[in-house]
Amino acid sequence: MEYVSPEGLRLDGRRPMETRQLRAEIGVVSRADGSAVFEMGNTKVIAAVYGPREVQNRSQQINDKALVLCEYSIANFSTGDRMRKPKGDRLSMEISLVIRQTMEECILTHLMPRSQIDIFVQVLQADGGTRSACINAATLALADAGIPMCDLVTSCSAGYLNSTPLLDLNYVEDSAGGPDVIVGILPNLDKVTLLQMDAELQMDTFENVMQLAIEGCKAVANYLREILLEHTKKLESCRGV
Amino acid sequence: MEQRLANAWRMTVNEKKFIETALLSDLRIDGRRPFDYRNLTIRFGREDGSSEVQLGQTHVMGFVTSQLVQPYRDRPNEGTLAIYTELSPMADPSFEAGRPAESAVELGRIIDRGLRESRAVDTESLCVVAGKWVWSLRIDLHILDNGGNLVDAANIAALASLLTFRRPECTLGGEDGQEVIIHAPEAREALPLTVHHLPIAITFAFIGDENTVVIDPSHFEEAVMGGRMTATLNANGDICAVQKAGGEGVIQSVIMQCLRIASVKAVDITRKIEDAVKSNNTERALRKIKRHPPSAVVDVIKAGQKGADNLLEENMEKPKQEIEDTIVSQSDDMDIETRSSNQNESKPRIDKNTSFIGGPSSWDPYSKGVNVDELKASLASRVAALPSEKMDTAPPVEPRVTVTDPPLTSTNAAPSSEENTGAGQQTNKEKTLKDAVKPKHKRKKKT
Repeated sequence: MEYVSPEGLRLDGRRPMETRQLRAEIGVVSRADGSAVFEMGNTKVIAAVYGPREVQNRSQQINDKALVLCEYSIANFSTGDRMRKPKGDRLSMEISLVIRQTMEECILTHLMPRSQIDIFVQVLQADGGTRSACINAATLALADAGIPMCDLVTSCSAGYLNSTPLLDLNYVEDSAGGPDVIVGILPNLDKVTLLQMDAELQMDTFENVMQLAIEGCKAVANYLREILLEHTKKLESCRGV
Repeated sequence: MEQRLANAWRMTVNEKKFIETALLSDLRIDGRRPFDYRNLTIRFGREDGSSEVQLGQTHVMGFVTSQLVQPYRDRPNEGTLAIYTELSPMADPSFEAGRPAESAVELGRIIDRGLRESRAVDTESLCVVAGKWVWSLRIDLHILDNGGNLVDAANIAALASLLTFRRPECTLGGEDGQEVIIHAPEAREALPLTVHHLPIAITFAFIGDENTVVIDPSHFEEAVMGGRMTATLNANGDICAVQKAGGEGVIQSVIMQCLRIASVKAVDITRKIEDAVKSNNTERALRKIKRHPPSAVVDVIKAGQKGADNLLEENMEKPKQEIEDTIVSQSDDMDIETRSSNQNESKPRIDKNTSFIGGPSSWDPYSKGVNVDELKASLASRVAALPSEKMDTAPPVEPRVTVTDPPLTSTNAAPSSEENTGAGQQTNKEKTLKDAVKPKHKRKKKT
C-alpha cells in the first residue's frame, strides 16, 4: 500500500513532517483537582488528576516522596469495532506503567512526601498515537492541578513508511506494520525520558526518525504552553485582578 | 505496583552513595567496567525447546511448547507466538504469587515486541491448513533467581529455547485428505522453527546525578538507577525494539551511543547463543546415534564395498533419474553407510521427510548428494558379505537398509538374494514412506 503519494502527501493529506491538528481544553472534570482533554486529529483523550492527597493504602506510603499512581483505560467505543476489553490486560497495564514512570520523572515528588497523586487517563477516540496523547493530556491535567513539576512532558510518535519518516502516525499508518517510534521529552531540559520502538529499523534511519519525533514533541510543547498560558490568563481575569 | 513498594528491598543511603561514587571512577561493585557484560551460560534440557540461562546471578528458564489451534480470523495463514513470564516468589522478595505484577507484564511485553514485531520467527511456516489449523507456540519464561537485568536473561532464554525447539511434523491425510496427522518425533524427525534473526535485548541503566551509563545492571545497581533503557538489536545492527519507559531523562546523543554499544554486544551474544545451540545439536545427535548398535556393521559394509563395486558396474545402464528418486526416499538408516563414502556427486538433498535419526540436525548427510554407486555397493555388499556375518550378530543389528520404493528393488542387481538377506526387513510390495519406518520401530521397541 502507498502511504505517501508521489506528490508527497499522506493518506489524510498531511505532509510527512506535519502533525495532526492539536486541540486541548483544560478543566473539563469539575470534581477533579486537575483535568484536561487533548486531541490529536481524531484521537481524543481525557485525563484527570487527584492529589496530592492522603495515601489510601498505608502500606504503599513512601516517606521521602509522593506516590504516583496511574490508570489507563480505553473506552469500548473508541475503536472501529466495538469490543469489550478486559480490564487490566497486558497492553493497558504496560501503558499505565509507561505513563506513570514518565510523569513521575517530571513531578517534583520530593516536595510532597507521604502523599499520593492519582492520574486517570481514558481514551475516548483511538486513531493512532494514543500513548502520546495520554501523556500530553496527563501533563496538562497535572499542570491544572497545580502539582509542582520540573518541566512539561510532551510526547509524539513517528514512523517510517515507504522509506519516508512520517510524523504523528494515525491508525492506518500505525497498523501498517512499519516501525513506530514513540518519544517523550522534557522540552526545556532537552532530555528524552520515554522512548519506545517497534519493528526493524537501521540505526541511522532510527536516528532520523527519533529526531523527527523529538521535533514533533517540541511542537506539541509549544502548543501546550500556549494553552496553559491562555488558561492562566482566563483564571486571572476571572479573579478580576 | 503494590509490591514494588511493600516488600521491595531497599538500600541504605551509604550503599547507594558507594555505588554512585565508585561509578564516577568507572568501577562497579562486582568489579566490572561500565560496559562489561556478566558471564553468560546457556544450558539446554534433554527435551527440545528447553533452556536455562544464567547471567551472573540471574537465572531464567525458558520452555517452548506448541499446540495446533485455529488461527486468528484476520491472519488465517500465520501461526501464533505468545510469551508468558512467571516471576516466582522464590526469586526475589518483591515478587508475589498470584496475578502477574506490572514488572512481569513489562518484561513479557519487551521480549514479545522484540520477537514478534521484528518477525524473528517465521509464523507463516507454522501454518498447517490456512484458516483452520496453525501451530501456536507458547514460550514460558520462569525467573528462578533475580540477580538483576531480567530482561536480557529472559530474552536469551527465549531465543535459546526457540532455536532448539522442534515441532512434530504433520501431514494431511485421512479419508477426505483433510485430517491432520501429527507424526510422533520417533516416526518422523521433528522440524526446527524458522528463525530469521536473533533479536538480542541489551539493557542499560542510568545511575546517579551524572547519569552514568552502565550495561547489564545487577540488582544492586537496579535499586539505585534512575532510569533504564532496553534496546533490542540483531547481529546485523538493525534495531528491533527500544524500551525506555520513563525514568531519568537522557540526551539524545547518549541514547545513540548506547545503541552503538548494544549493536556490538548483540553480535557477541548472538555468537554465544549460536555456539551453544550448535554444540547442543551435536550432543543431541550423538545421543540418538548411541541407540544404534556398535559400528561392526559399518565396517563390514566398508570392507565389502570394493568387491561389490564391479558388481554394480553392470547396473549403470539404469535410468539415472529413476535411481535418484529412489535415493530420496531411502529411510534414514542409510546414512551410516553413505557417510563412509566421500566421492559423492553434488546433488541437493530433496528429501525432508525421511526420519533421519542418526546425525546432528544441522549436519546434512545428503548435502553432497548420495553416490548412487556407493549406495548400491552397500546394498550389494550386504548381499555378498552379510549373510554369514549377520546371522551371528543378528539380534542387535537393526535394519541397515530399508528399500521402500519399488523402482530400486526392481532394478536391483540381485533382488531375490537381497530379499533373503533382508529377512523381512525389505519388502517388495508397494509401500509408502511411512511404512518404511514402521517395521524398524516395532523392532526397536522389542530390543
